[in-house]
Amino acid sequence: MTEILRGAARLLVVDDNKVNRLLLARSLESMGHRVAMAENGRVALATLRQDGYDLVLLDIEMPEMDGFQVLEQIRGDLQLRDVPVLVTSSVEGLDNVVRCVELGAEDYLPKPVNAVLLKARVGACLEKKRLRDQQKELVRRFAAPEVAQDLQSSGFALGGKRVQGSVLFSDIRGFTSLAETQPPEETIELLNTYYTLMFDAIGGHGGIVSQIAGDGLMAIFGAPLPLPHHCDAAVHTALEMIELIRLFGAEQAAAGKPAIRIGIGIASGDMVAGYTGTNERATYTCIGDTVNLASRLEQHTKEAGRSILIDAATRAGLRDPVAVEGLGAVAVRGKVQAVDVFAVVSEQ
Amino acid sequence: MSSPTIDRATFADLEQTAGPEFAVELVDTFLAEAPAMLADLRRALAAGDADAFRRTAHSLKSNGNTFGAQAFAAMARGLELGGMAPVQTAAGKPLDALDAEYARVASALTELTRD
Repeated sequence: MTEILRGAARLLVVDDNKVNRLLLARSLESMGHRVAMAENGRVALATLRQDGYDLVLLDIEMPEMDGFQVLEQIRGDLQLRDVPVLVTSSVEGLDNVVRCVELGAEDYLPKPVNAVLLKARVGACLEKKRLRDQQKELVRRFAAPEVAQDLQSSGFALGGKRVQGSVLFSDIRGFTSLAETQPPEETIELLNTYYTLMFDAIGGHGGIVSQIAGDGLMAIFGAPLPLPHHCDAAVHTALEMIELIRLFGAEQAAAGKPAIRIGIGIASGDMVAGYTGTNERATYTCIGDTVNLASRLEQHTKEAGRSILIDAATRAGLRDPVAVEGLGAVAVRGKVQAVDVFAVVSEQ
Repeated sequence: MSSPTIDRATFADLEQTAGPEFAVELVDTFLAEAPAMLADLRRALAAGDADAFRRTAHSLKSNGNTFGAQAFAAMARGLELGGMAPVQTAAGKPLDALDAEYARVASALTELTRD
């Protein structure tokens, strides 16, 4: 169980009135919490940005920066927006209470604060915070940071939106036979190193990893956030991936372990990005012809004997000088018409 | 007005919630802070600062409610909601009345916490 559940949460009491501040802090301390105090909104925000708190108890009428302004600032701050705020005030008028809730306050407690009510509300807020923290941790562990942030700012909804972007598929060559020749522990270790290197390359160029399955992965450039030069980003990522794998191979060879090779396919254009699955289990991904083509190109690298294959749209979208060799029209699996395929020449 | 300066039930609640010793500490804090707040109220009125006037009245009301100083809290609330205009019209009389009520509150609280 977490520290919060056992009762020792970190709370911040914000009130310009010393009597109110002391009384509230005392009540909360007697519940077993650790309490810090701030005498106005400006000090409160500075304190919140410096240390992590589990709950803020906020007065409304304050000099320098009032409670409404604090709520607005907290809501607009990605770092702070998850800290629950309990408004404790004797501010007059229902419209002011409504305004607090609309600005994101968890709840409202009229002053003088009733001790029993205070304990119940604080307990409920902390429990909610704990669940939210857990959820965030899950999202963080299983989704790309950009997706986690998109989820936080626009919420979760199945369904997608049309975006322009590039999709990259990569796969380890001969992975099955590699897995058969060494103990599973070593294969897992190899995969973890491989993924660490690939995630770095993808994230470093503004892409996100949408899916990983076995030894293959799919990365998106241009969603959930638009990326102006997604073709360049995807191709540079591919080149870096190849280079990293080459360095990794040299390291493996020095340790007497097998080297690996990868194949990469990239396609660019229209696609639909969003959450697919069910409300219980969904994943952020892209679908559409562009995605299928990228996957086919990756598979085609084996037959073509090249490491990186891109489609005509990706090539046309390149702004940076990249050595590209036309392979002509190729009949790829799943496509009725042959498509123009280009190999990116990596310096090896 | 026959109602007591300090509502005993409210004050007993406070003593129970905060503990008798801490209640004394709170009273001391209030008695130390309130005169400055009453002065702030007059300063805000003189400067025509409606926000500061409302905020200070609000703060005094809140403290009055905490200690069970019902009449004091009601007067402060009247100032918070009514603003400065009625006070100006009445040539500052409501502030004199608040000061007088505060004097009664202060002595009643001192009495209560001396036992």
